[in-house]
Amino acid sequence: MLADKDRIFTNLYGFQDPGLEGARKRGQWDNTKAILELGPETIVDIMKKSGLRGRGGAGFPTGLKWSFMPKEIKERPHYLVVNADESEPGTCKDRDIMRNDPHTLVEGCLVASFAMRAHACYIYVRGEFIREREALQRAVDEAYAAKLIGKNNIHGWDFDLYVHHGAGAYICGEETALLESLEGKKGQPRLKPPFPANVGLYGCPTTVNNVESIAVAPTIIRRGAGWFAGIGRPNNTGTKVFCISGHVNKPCNVEEEMGIPLRELIDRHCGGVRGGWDNLLAVIPGGASVPLLPKSICDEVLMDFDSLKNVQSGLGTAAVIVMDKSTDVIKAIQRLAYFYKHESCGQCTPCREGTGWMWRVMTRMVKGDAKVSEIDLLQEVSKEIEGHTICALGDAAAWPIQGLIRHFRPEIEKRIADYSLSASGSVVADAAE
Amino acid sequence: MSLRRLAPPEIQPASFAFSAENAQWAAATIAKYPPGRQASAVISLLWKGQEQEGWVSHPMVESIAKMLGMPFIRVLEVATFYTMFNLEPVGTYLVQVCTTTPCWLRGSDAVVAACKKHIHPHEKTISTDGKFSWMEVECLGACVNAPMLQIGSDFYEDIDGPITEKMIADLRAGKAVKPGPQNGRRVSSEPEGGALSLNDPSLYDGSMIGKYKVQAPPPPPPPEPKKPGA
Repeated sequence: MLADKDRIFTNLYGFQDPGLEGARKRGQWDNTKAILELGPETIVDIMKKSGLRGRGGAGFPTGLKWSFMPKEIKERPHYLVVNADESEPGTCKDRDIMRNDPHTLVEGCLVASFAMRAHACYIYVRGEFIREREALQRAVDEAYAAKLIGKNNIHGWDFDLYVHHGAGAYICGEETALLESLEGKKGQPRLKPPFPANVGLYGCPTTVNNVESIAVAPTIIRRGAGWFAGIGRPNNTGTKVFCISGHVNKPCNVEEEMGIPLRELIDRHCGGVRGGWDNLLAVIPGGASVPLLPKSICDEVLMDFDSLKNVQSGLGTAAVIVMDKSTDVIKAIQRLAYFYKHESCGQCTPCREGTGWMWRVMTRMVKGDAKVSEIDLLQEVSKEIEGHTICALGDAAAWPIQGLIRHFRPEIEKRIADYSLSASGSVVADAAE
Repeated sequence: MSLRRLAPPEIQPASFAFSAENAQWAAATIAKYPPGRQASAVISLLWKGQEQEGWVSHPMVESIAKMLGMPFIRVLEVATFYTMFNLEPVGTYLVQVCTTTPCWLRGSDAVVAACKKHIHPHEKTISTDGKFSWMEVECLGACVNAPMLQIGSDFYEDIDGPITEKMIADLRAGKAVKPGPQNGRRVSSEPEGGALSLNDPSLYDGSMIGKYKVQAPPPPPPPEPKKPGA
């Protein structure tokens, strides 16, 4: 188990003072000037060496992302945009950072902006997080008042930080949709290239990072890349806030080492699966968008990017959704299919039409009112959506269904057979084909 | 995606204006964005308008479009795209029940049933006393405290059917309900029964200040001389 002294978010649960005074006592804003004195290049270098991979889901190396920004400011200003549009079902880590440990984020924004030569940063908070937004704004106001940020601040890098908010659209968690929304438009993703590092917010060089990726940066630099890289496994380094929900005895958020075995995470921190480990049916290991894993894989799998990729799933946002044997797993995935149908922005036809189609078929499959051949059709259609849309929402809608078919096909077939037995003869004939 | 339209003309108000206080707030909000980029404030202004009036009306969309120098259609697009904008009147207490998978797994069906029983059988319909309306919403991002619902600005977590019924009854009787976990077993997102981590007192006694000194990494070794012709 990760030692408390190696945890970055020491007020994750909000038992301590989230204000500036409390934050300072926990070691935040501790000689931040020394961090900035390293210079942008060195900071980016440390971030690269730490091996930090983006905590928003895709796992792109953060230091590398920062290095894509132009090395000097030309006629266009640079922007840092922090993605706090936390909407991935199962995920509630950024919420705790913003309401309980907001100064990690505020300090991180200063450090990251300096490293990318940005004098302004916007934090895009999802609309529903009203109290979290207020808590974050309080921290920003405190930092301004103490001259930690703002014009002529004590760190010698003029820096303005603004809290912005959305109004209920999952798609705005996609970085270019977020930029569109921040510009006052519908949140519909942009085609890439050009990438935001060239043409981002207001057409200016922009980097979009997840809250957690930014909030861990000051601690990484203070304690050294070697410290962070020494936790976890190669290429999957550091600590991560896991959100464990669903059928465990004690659901919770916890910061743990990357690569912790899934079973250990659940048993040690969440009081185990409801009814014991053998009562486990399946786990969605990284938020709604990643394929679920049956118990047989959960027994051994490690919680990091590469291990989960090797079992055809993903770490995503590290939101672990646990389902015990009482779960109607088809219904669980059907509900996610509805989620994606609801949240599709409507821009690309495969996603707009496909998410609705998949949801309707899944709804019939929950009852069993389908033909066995439709399972293959569903798989095929999901493959037609995956990879054929501007953003990854199409993929995210396809993967949970593909995961269900991969691991629970007999369950779907049984549901169809049971339904046809209880229905009329014609349906029986259909199902038997 | 969901199809959303402004409310029919017969229920639209004649006009909309921000209160003096909100108008001042709006001016400060617009100033957060660079000159010429005032459209960025559109979501914030619509939200403030909704806070003031309860829902987003046709005159409000028009008025905000004028304030921001945006075409009406651009603001209308935003108002209809983002699902937190109520395009019709809602109850004083708008109960938004999360029913996405993590909440569903832990019993959001019972929460919905309680709303149907004590508010209205149909969602998005104002209760007979005018105080409540409820709706199902997608993941609100408090999944380790599932099931949960949002009323106004606050999250009410770790609920079930009976707790929801009691909350509605209390609010109906004018009694305040404290936001946050409702089952009395925890204060935040820590595991029930107390946090199993973050218990080391040295994290909080001030000894962290100055503990870690920023050090520049050692300079990289000089690059190998290039072989001629390589």
